[in-house]
Amino acid sequence: MKKIKKYWKSSEELKKDSKILNEFKNKEFVQKLPEDIFDINKQALEDSSTNRRDFLKYVGFSTAAAGIAACEGPVINSVPYVVQPDEIIPGNANYYASSIADGYDYRNILVKTREGRPIKIKQNKDAISLGECNARVLASVLSLYDSKRLKGPKVNGLDIDWDDFDQKIVSKLKNLYKQDKRVVLLTHTIPSPTTQKIINKFISKFPNIKHVVYDSISSSETLDAFESSFGIRAFADYDFSKAETIVSIDADFLGDWQGGGYEGGYSKGRVPKGNKGKSSMSYHVQFESNMSLTGANADKRIPCRQEIMKKIVLEIHSKIFDSGFNTHKGLSELDEKINNIILDVTKRLIKSGKKSLVVSGIQNVEIQKMILEINQKLSSDAFDIENPKIIHQGKNSDVKDLVDGILDGSIKGILTFGIDPGYTLPMGIDFVKALQEVDLSVVFSMKENETSAGAEYIAAVPHYLESWGDYEFKLGHYSLAQPTIQPLFNTRQFQDILLKWSGDNSSYYSEIKKNWNENILKGKSWNKSLHDGVYISNKKFNPKRNKTDFKYNLFNSLNSSNDDSIDLILYTKIGMGDGNQANNPWLQEFPDPITRTTWDNYLTVSIKDAKKFGFKNYNVANGGLNGSYAKIEAAGKEIIAPVLIQPGQAEGTMGLAFGYGKVQGMKEEMQIGVNAFKLYENFEKIQSAKVSLLENKYHEFACIQLHNTLMGRGDIIKETTLDIFNSEDKSHWNPVPVVSKNHIEIPVNSDEVDMWDSFDRSIGHHFNMSIDLNACTGCGACIIACHSENNVPVVGKREVRKSRDLHWLRIDRYYSSEQSFESDNEAVDAISGLGETLTVMDEMENANENPEVSFQPIMCQHCNHAPCETVCPVAATSHGRQGQNHMAYNRCVGTRYCANNCPYKVRRFNWFRYNKNDEFDYNMNDDLGRMVLNPDVVVRSRGVMEKCSMCIQMTQKTILDAKLEGRKIIDGEFQTACSQACGSNAIVFGDINDSDSKIKKLKEDDRSYHLLESVGTKPNVVYQTKIRNKDIS
Amino acid sequence: MASHYEAPIRKPLVTGDKSYHDVTIDVAHPVESKPNRQWWIVFGISLAVFLWGLGLIVYTISTGVGVWGLNKTVGWAWDITNFVWWVGIGHAGTLISAVLLLFRQKWRMGINRSAEAMTIFSVIQAGLFPIIHMGRPWLAYWMLPIPNTFGSLWVNFNSPLLWDVFAISTYLSVSLVFWWTGLLPDFAMIRDRAVKPFQKKIYSLLSFGWSGRAKDWQRFEEVSLVLAGLATPLVLSVHTIVSFDFATSVIPGWHTTIFPPYFVAGAIFSGFAMVQTLLIVMRKVSNLEDYITVQHIELMNIVIMITGSIVGVAYITELFIAWYSGVEYEQYAFLNRATGPYWWAYWAMMSCNVFSPQFMWFKKLRTSIMFSFVISIVVNIGMWFERFVIIVTSLHRDYLPSSWTMFSPTFVDIGIFMGTIGFFFVLFLLYAKYFPVIAQAEVKTILKSSGEKFKKIRDGK
Repeated sequence: MKKIKKYWKSSEELKKDSKILNEFKNKEFVQKLPEDIFDINKQALEDSSTNRRDFLKYVGFSTAAAGIAACEGPVINSVPYVVQPDEIIPGNANYYASSIADGYDYRNILVKTREGRPIKIKQNKDAISLGECNARVLASVLSLYDSKRLKGPKVNGLDIDWDDFDQKIVSKLKNLYKQDKRVVLLTHTIPSPTTQKIINKFISKFPNIKHVVYDSISSSETLDAFESSFGIRAFADYDFSKAETIVSIDADFLGDWQGGGYEGGYSKGRVPKGNKGKSSMSYHVQFESNMSLTGANADKRIPCRQEIMKKIVLEIHSKIFDSGFNTHKGLSELDEKINNIILDVTKRLIKSGKKSLVVSGIQNVEIQKMILEINQKLSSDAFDIENPKIIHQGKNSDVKDLVDGILDGSIKGILTFGIDPGYTLPMGIDFVKALQEVDLSVVFSMKENETSAGAEYIAAVPHYLESWGDYEFKLGHYSLAQPTIQPLFNTRQFQDILLKWSGDNSSYYSEIKKNWNENILKGKSWNKSLHDGVYISNKKFNPKRNKTDFKYNLFNSLNSSNDDSIDLILYTKIGMGDGNQANNPWLQEFPDPITRTTWDNYLTVSIKDAKKFGFKNYNVANGGLNGSYAKIEAAGKEIIAPVLIQPGQAEGTMGLAFGYGKVQGMKEEMQIGVNAFKLYENFEKIQSAKVSLLENKYHEFACIQLHNTLMGRGDIIKETTLDIFNSEDKSHWNPVPVVSKNHIEIPVNSDEVDMWDSFDRSIGHHFNMSIDLNACTGCGACIIACHSENNVPVVGKREVRKSRDLHWLRIDRYYSSEQSFESDNEAVDAISGLGETLTVMDEMENANENPEVSFQPIMCQHCNHAPCETVCPVAATSHGRQGQNHMAYNRCVGTRYCANNCPYKVRRFNWFRYNKNDEFDYNMNDDLGRMVLNPDVVVRSRGVMEKCSMCIQMTQKTILDAKLEGRKIIDGEFQTACSQACGSNAIVFGDINDSDSKIKKLKEDDRSYHLLESVGTKPNVVYQTKIRNKDIS
Repeated sequence: MASHYEAPIRKPLVTGDKSYHDVTIDVAHPVESKPNRQWWIVFGISLAVFLWGLGLIVYTISTGVGVWGLNKTVGWAWDITNFVWWVGIGHAGTLISAVLLLFRQKWRMGINRSAEAMTIFSVIQAGLFPIIHMGRPWLAYWMLPIPNTFGSLWVNFNSPLLWDVFAISTYLSVSLVFWWTGLLPDFAMIRDRAVKPFQKKIYSLLSFGWSGRAKDWQRFEEVSLVLAGLATPLVLSVHTIVSFDFATSVIPGWHTTIFPPYFVAGAIFSGFAMVQTLLIVMRKVSNLEDYITVQHIELMNIVIMITGSIVGVAYITELFIAWYSGVEYEQYAFLNRATGPYWWAYWAMMSCNVFSPQFMWFKKLRTSIMFSFVISIVVNIGMWFERFVIIVTSLHRDYLPSSWTMFSPTFVDIGIFMGTIGFFFVLFLLYAKYFPVIAQAEVKTILKSSGEKFKKIRDGK
């Protein structure tokens, strides 16, 4: 046995039985422990006293300790990628082409994602059609992060898992089939080839099911007219850029008429083209009742009632076909003024020939047929029936049958997808009640809504940004939709559910791929189509020319309208549409381009009618607008709505917008307005109504613009007519203001009268922006794009009413006070004497009954001599080398001096904290809603000023990318959110140090001018003078 | 029979045949006795209003400036109106003590102490507003050019707001030193009379060890003269710089070269009106009728009348220049002031500031104490409106009509303004109780020493 070596540690160990060693062995601790402190000696404790100094020490220590404990920052868990996905580089955005088809908006889009989160929607520039995104489409990314979304399927309001859900419903469906009961599948128009197949498969499994298509806002008559003329149910498509003469009779084609998406083509034709002196642009006449976005852009706008408009179509039709209808009764009732206009318009149409276009939104099959005939007769280039749009399919009679079936109990099962009939049907309440009686009611929905409140089953479906999809919006023009994020909640796509219920285990995705490869792509690359988001086949529709049939019964139905009833015109706002995104705070806060009112719908009433009925609009002490309430009796119902007096509204007509008054699945702040669908009887957008004043009750509006006229300040929006533009020199219609120095008039932009040192711009980039007032339609897509790019907070109705909106970009809308802005300027120039000044300036404050309208997008002008920069005491706002006027939020102390000294009033102040604050319960108040924030842009704290940065995060990214790739930046690469979103190319952004750039040419264009040039701020934003095609030849 | 020729024109500045001792007694009396009931009532109300205002300031800072009525177009309203108003009021003190000292206007001696106290207290009120009107007042020190570790961050010397910081702080410190210097012999007097040890201790601290030696007096005179020389340009510069906040901007109605003299005149105007308001009450309550006589009131009324007329000329010049300039924005700004939505504010300003002081041309009215009091209040209201008109009516309708809106104060705006008035009176009442309210050492130099009393005895009257 091996002896273990033992080392001695002290000489003591060598001794046997060392006393010291033994003592140590028995002791755990060598030194004596201060045991007395553990020994609770009660007596000693009681005897001890805390003197003053000790007390202060304790207080000091505990206060400091508590204070330090409170200083701990909030813990934010960030979870790193364990396995980094191939395509995601943190800090870099990924883009995916996709499409939206939510039942009201059908567009090809590009989705920007950051670290796997979609944060922005952009135009898909590869798309030939429907690539321009309106405000709703751009805002739809926020609906993905709606905190009111369903988190999973539900039965009778209780959560359930999908397997049980499937089982229960399939067994019910089987039962219903066995009993051969009527079951209906009600969806919005899904122009999706694969979905159609899946639905067909589902129906073949359960043949008792009927598929009914229901468009919440019906275009049935137009579709019927096209169908009866050409055999398919579709809309003719139009290329407005090819039209020189555009006649629109009640067609809001810059709004939502036939699905919209026409602003790009229209604007192309609106910008004067051609050589100097021989420029041309389109001429646009609009007949309408409401003041629409389209009417606001027209060269000539004639407000009139529906009956008159029908007669106008007849008259134009008869003149074009020379059929002598003008002798027919009824037409002589048109007054001379309108007759003259019709004469002029017809002449122009015939003169322009192939370059004319007539469009109409009148809900009448015969009228719509006539329009098709007129355009065919003119053989209009702008008129496309070979590739018609198939984005709306609804048929009023089918929907009526269905509703009757539900109400009388003959339909025993109903499945609805993507629509909310409980909200959009005039008898919605009865419908929802009747739903409770049917054997099977399933609502496929992203959110709880009015219909789901009465339904037994709710199938939670994903947002379109979480879904697959394939579409054919226009014949032969195919689009794909792909998920850009993993489903946030326990949701399943409608198509997948149907497949499952049909007993098919494949997925919608594999079905799409199969269907496309087999039937659409036919050998072309699937990956490329998915990358592009669109695929265009050479499929064309060969329209059979139906023989023109002049036997119309219309005349008999044309009787002059009853005098004391009002035409109530139900319309859609470009910011709200049919209301399926009503819970989207960006859209609620989006100012309507015409009324510039947010968070509301209202009855638009003409100035004359307002006087007649005693309706009033007035401003209270803080500027907020108040309006009377009106009682509207129509379609056998009565609703109360606030009144907004609308210049340009046709006398005898009143407008009311859809999309408001929703309650279910809505945050409390957004449950506002009145539901116009209640009056949408028989899907007629025009209802005969009785209107009366509700005394002594006023509604509080939240308007972004409180003063509507330009006060004769012609140098703010410079405009001229096409004639003058062609015949006169620039100095006549776009003069640079002059200032007198030593009694010599010197242009304000000359160095002679400049007291500032200018910046050295010779190196690097110098950013400029051009805004073409001819191209801008005022649609407001740029506002939402700016909102989402720059994390602009939503402030809510109460704050907007106090003039505290936070939009970095606004589109000012002005009405003329006289007949035109030109006569406004003349009237102001002609003033002499104090008395006249007072009366004329007083009159200037009121808009004309049928005014001219001008739009002007305004953001920070990035002045080279910025008034804001000199006054900031802490130098929080300063000038950048690239021309921007910077804002250092962190440095700002919030004196607001800069905002006061800004002649353009573009600076916006954070009056409160708008994020993580229950007072402002919008998307920035919850974790889900904050997912939409752009990580490249800081969220501003309270008490700081903010404003347009010319999207410096985007320009810097462009510069860095080019640097990394070692190349020059190509013109067009520099973009801002607004210039990118502008479907009408009104906003152009770029570097003027690049001598070949588009922006350089625009800056030097004769039409360009600086806003308020006389102030001497030398902005980096230029406007292009508005040219009106007003000459009557 | 008079032994020598006596000028008949000059009336004595102190009436009531006061002896030096009488002056001492009169001035020391409020300090040495307990405050009366009125003092407590007024003090109580002022304190309550002050605390309410303080609560609202805390509310503003903790919630956000959004609790005020401001908006995107009108970024300043009551805050800066109150600021300029209080600074303006603060002008009379220095003018009386410094400019009138240099001009050897001996009548100033009866009122300069209180006028200067008023100056300091109102500048304190004024100083509050630029701080609390900020979005992030806790960063107010960024307005000072303090070397820092933030990098190359520095203040912007181009900004008139920064000039304000220097102007106001210089003014406050010079005024305070000047005031205190004048107080030294008077504190010493109270110290010497004090019987309670605590009081004695405090007043001896306050009097900086004043001994009353000839050297003390000589230095006192010299310092007074030097400080008067320093303070005189400040009278002109402070409000000139405050006016630069507006004059250097580009907003029609603000961008006006007439502002500096116009603001200075307005400041003196409102300052004298406030002195008038305070002293008419104080002479009654503290029994100082012999020191602050009708003659003082009349002289001050003349200053009010003259400066009021200067201000009136400035108003009319503005209108003329607006018309003469031919600039439509400028013309509209003034048309809008007089006839726009805030016409009532403009005409309130016009009638209070231009029309009401014209009554002072009548000797009967300008020597009437009651009437003077009423006019002094009216002028103070008018001067508040002047600033409101300049700030709000210029901002609410400037260049682009799309941004035009209105302003309406919230209860917080109003409460904070009332709070500063409360704070001002709290300070002033404490001053009236514990400080010698008349510069007794100076007043003693202008007592008639020819022995009027003895002459009367001699003549057997």
